[in-house]
Amino acid sequence: MKMTHKRRDMLVGLSFIAIWIVGFAALTLYPLIKTFIFSFQDVDITVEGIVTTNIKFENYRALFKFDLNFMDLIRMFVEEIFIYVPIIIVFAMMIAVILNQKIRFKGVFRSIFFLPVIIVSGPVVAELFSQGATTLPLIEQYGILDIVTNTFPESISEPLEKMFSEIIFILWMSGVQILIFLAGLQKIDSSIYEAAAIDGASPWEMFWKITLPSLGNLISINILYSVVTLSSFATNDVLRKIRIDMFSPDEGYGYASAEAVIYLIVILLILGLFGVIYLILRKRSVRMS
Amino acid sequence: MITTWHKIKHKLIGRTITEGILYKVFIYLLLTSIGYIFLFPLLFMLSNSLKDIDDLLSPMVIWIPSKIYLTNFQLAFQTLDYFRTFFVGLSVTLLPAVLQTFIASLIGYGFAKFKFPFKNVLLGLVLLTYIIPPQITMISKYVLFTDLGLTNSAWSIIIPASFGQGLNSALFIFIFYQFFRMLPKTLDDAARIDGANRYYIFFKIAIPLSVPAYVTSLLFAFVWYFNETYIAAIFLGGQVPTLQLNLVSFAQSYTALAAANQHFFSINEGVKNASTILAILPMLIMYFVLQKSFVEGIDKTGFAGGE
Repeated sequence: MKMTHKRRDMLVGLSFIAIWIVGFAALTLYPLIKTFIFSFQDVDITVEGIVTTNIKFENYRALFKFDLNFMDLIRMFVEEIFIYVPIIIVFAMMIAVILNQKIRFKGVFRSIFFLPVIIVSGPVVAELFSQGATTLPLIEQYGILDIVTNTFPESISEPLEKMFSEIIFILWMSGVQILIFLAGLQKIDSSIYEAAAIDGASPWEMFWKITLPSLGNLISINILYSVVTLSSFATNDVLRKIRIDMFSPDEGYGYASAEAVIYLIVILLILGLFGVIYLILRKRSVRMS
Repeated sequence: MITTWHKIKHKLIGRTITEGILYKVFIYLLLTSIGYIFLFPLLFMLSNSLKDIDDLLSPMVIWIPSKIYLTNFQLAFQTLDYFRTFFVGLSVTLLPAVLQTFIASLIGYGFAKFKFPFKNVLLGLVLLTYIIPPQITMISKYVLFTDLGLTNSAWSIIIPASFGQGLNSALFIFIFYQFFRMLPKTLDDAARIDGANRYYIFFKIAIPLSVPAYVTSLLFAFVWYFNETYIAAIFLGGQVPTLQLNLVSFAQSYTALAAANQHFFSINEGVKNASTILAILPMLIMYFVLQKSFVEGIDKTGFAGGE
């Protein structure tokens, strides 16, 4: 009797997620495998449908050997992630810590910082980029960009320049992260801070010893959210190239699939690297306290 | 003398730094300037959208146009085919958002309230669907959907959403998973003792208790579908218009209209900015009305408490 009850419960549970299992198999797993297969094929679109020819590693060989543009875009994407994500995380945490204090017009500020989440879209950002509205007039007026280009070698100045010219876009990407940190901060028991204050801890010490450690999990969530958002955002140059190649008669689906596979591997490596960094820092902070 | 100095110092710096006036002034200055930075692109667009060609070219006019010029908006409105585009576009923005929210709640409930084999593996796969950008599987999905005759129609957006594989679906599944786990188990037990089955409990107890999670999820899903153009451009093939997609092709549509209509002047920043503002206007209005559900939703739904 008990067994059947448990079993029935399990089946009911599966019925709730059945739609996801079907969807995952048909709309994620199958296309993922198919993309992988396409990447080893030459895909032609004919009147009778799609004709594929196996060409082994030809797409990849062409990508690595001749398509310098793609590898360059990948390199720029990686640089972008490792510059933008730390900026987003630090900035979001700073704003959240400030907004978590007793501050007047807290609601107004919070609404302003969250506003971009509502309106940020590929075409809007592209339009702002094209009009130079994502950089601060101050940065241009004081010739900060010139200073950067003149003092650093190109490999450093190029991403820095991009960062300065897109600084508002970067900050715009931190709205959700601010709120996630804020929600986490509100859950910290205020008596811990009171106790620390009585022991003579400065606000600076309290941040490092209390605030930061208790935000640990949320930092990893925010890193994940930021990486995923940036890597699927419509103005992303790698994605733009994949789309162009997909519909180009010379490259086509097979070639674009190979690009997609490489891009996915790069994203997974980036997330893996962030994961390793996170674990190392966490271990160290545990040892310290 | 010394005591007044101490008093002033105490006022300025405070017992701890964070209590002093100096710190407060610094914080408000900081928040205000960052607020300005955040709003800068919007103010920039608004200002330019109200300028006529003379104001746009005049080096004297920076922020405040010499007169309010609304023709930009009128022409942009016409070019975007505004109301029709907005309402037709709902079939690929609001509709998938509603379906996705409901399906995600169903899936989230299944994960939160039941035990079944490989549950953690499946949850891991949900996370994987979040990490993989939709653009990776897009090519073969496009081939599949073309075979099924789903491309160039709203179905290509609606179907993935209804199977929990839509835009950021995984995120919503996790939100509901988290939210339903926080609901007290005693409620379920009480209802089950009364003989209610699990579906009844879901519809009559879990859903009514989770209205905030539904509202937040629906709003976010709507915003994200509204602003998504990459997948939509490919899968809809221009057959279902949305405001954001029309924004991408704004320059072409405008030039085409200008060739046929006398009152269209040649395209400039003013009319482009007006079109951008019009495209984001529905979201801005929604945000001003429902602000609380957005910003407080993240806290209430346990968005921030996930793994």
